Amino acid sequence: MDEVSFEVNDGEIFGLIGPNGAGKTTTMECVEGIRKPDRGTISVLGLDPFREVYKLQERIGVQLQQAQLQKRIKVWEAVDLWASLYRKKSVDGERLLEQLGLIDKRDAWFMNLSGGQKQRLFIALALINDPEVVFLDELTTGLDPQARRAIWELVRGIRERGKTVFLTTHLMEEAERLCDRVAIIEHGRIIDIDTPQRLVARHCPERTVVLDTDDASAEERFRAIARVESVSRSDLQFTIRGQGDDLVTEVIHCLSENRIRVTDFRMIVPSLEDVFLKLTGRSIRD
Amino acid sequence: MMMRGLWKLTWIEIKVFMREPLGAFGTIGFPVLVFLVVGRAAGGKVAAPSLAANNFLRVGLPVLASLLIAVSSVLSLVTIISIYREGGILKRLRATPLRPQTILSAQVIVKLILTAATLGLMVLAGKRYYPVNMHVPLFGFTIALLISTLSILSIGFLIASIVPTARFAQPIGAAILYPMIAFSGLFVPVNAMSPVFRAVARVLPMTYAVSLMEGIWKGDSWWAHMGDVAALAVVFFVCTALSAKVFRWE
Repeated sequence: MDEVSFEVNDGEIFGLIGPNGAGKTTTMECVEGIRKPDRGTISVLGLDPFREVYKLQERIGVQLQQAQLQKRIKVWEAVDLWASLYRKKSVDGERLLEQLGLIDKRDAWFMNLSGGQKQRLFIALALINDPEVVFLDELTTGLDPQARRAIWELVRGIRERGKTVFLTTHLMEEAERLCDRVAIIEHGRIIDIDTPQRLVARHCPERTVVLDTDDASAEERFRAIARVESVSRSDLQFTIRGQGDDLVTEVIHCLSENRIRVTDFRMIVPSLEDVFLKLTGRSIRD
Repeated sequence: MMMRGLWKLTWIEIKVFMREPLGAFGTIGFPVLVFLVVGRAAGGKVAAPSLAANNFLRVGLPVLASLLIAVSSVLSLVTIISIYREGGILKRLRATPLRPQTILSAQVIVKLILTAATLGLMVLAGKRYYPVNMHVPLFGFTIALLISTLSILSIGFLIASIVPTARFAQPIGAAILYPMIAFSGLFVPVNAMSPVFRAVARVLPMTYAVSLMEGIWKGDSWWAHMGDVAALAVVFFVCTALSAKVFRWE
């Protein structure tokens, strides 16, 4: 780990994003107090995570990457055990299981739960002490899209309760849909921090419109638009590239002004994935 | 608060263990069953045989049985710790206000309870088949066994701290602990061994455990075995200190 410096605000969902091996988990474990940083300072809820780890752990909830429980521990037993580990009064375990859709599974063994159910149980354990900050490390890795969406809803629910969420993910879509702010980390260094929208606007301002038309004069008209940088054509399909949010408006304006008839129209908006590609020069899946 | 956590964790660990296929039977039922079968087979002859055989049946066998139970529970402790480490369970528990000592204490208590349960059943079974031995100082023997078990447990912890993966935990533990029993003086008295073997026996902790348990079983005074207790205590403190240094949580 090299230059990692960030602040997480009260009540937000903050995401640390980057490829596997970028240092996400290491960073998170330092913040949680279960790993000692070589140097630098960390403050969580006004506490030094490593030196005041037991005080801190009373006030935070943690879900670890690839954690397991005893194979044959029952769901309610795990919740009950976790509730007994904290000094302050825990939340109602049964209600928590209900909220997380696990009440039918309360007597099931951990080993017999599906991946999504296990993750929901880990969320329950992370919430049992009514924490002020919740840490979620690669929460949806290995889950199918449906389970993933359900988990996202749960995480938003955590924020609705006024808690701060600090998560890591290597899924750009997850970060984009879930996080209020994200920090992009690579090779142990933070490259940029902001809201997903602003990161996209800052690093990938280009917009692309793809449309189909048989109008012979179209190409020329498109080229005349101020913001357009390139127009390419294959058969009846045009790809128009330019800078800034206004590009789309200008293209639509041009179409209506010249009464150009289009049979297909769509735009390609860059995503966090493109930002990542641009900033690091490689795809996150590499 | 921590006591509450310790108690809950211990209780859950016992329940989880009992749910293992072979968990309850393998640990408690099987030794008792073997004991009963051997007892029944030997039942008619206990009074008659040679002095040496008689001596082994009266003193050696109970000590061997106790030792085997202690060793098997230590081995299962080694295995459980490595499985928990590999599965990230230790790490997950560590990310709660639970202290590491509490987590490990719970495991030790579970093993002690299971060992005690097995021995209790054996004593009950023994009442029927080995009636000769009922004048044994059971309380003293329990203490001697507890001291021995704690000492062997500390060796187990050291093994658990070092073994790389769960797959190797059990075989490595067995390869270290079982030969110790062979050299312990239980089958061949230490004084009757060749000088080399005797030297080996003298450095192995199991020898002191056997000497202590045999002595107490036969009715020796504790004073006569203070050397054994001291040796076991040294093993316990050295191994515990070493494993605290090298223990890995993940």
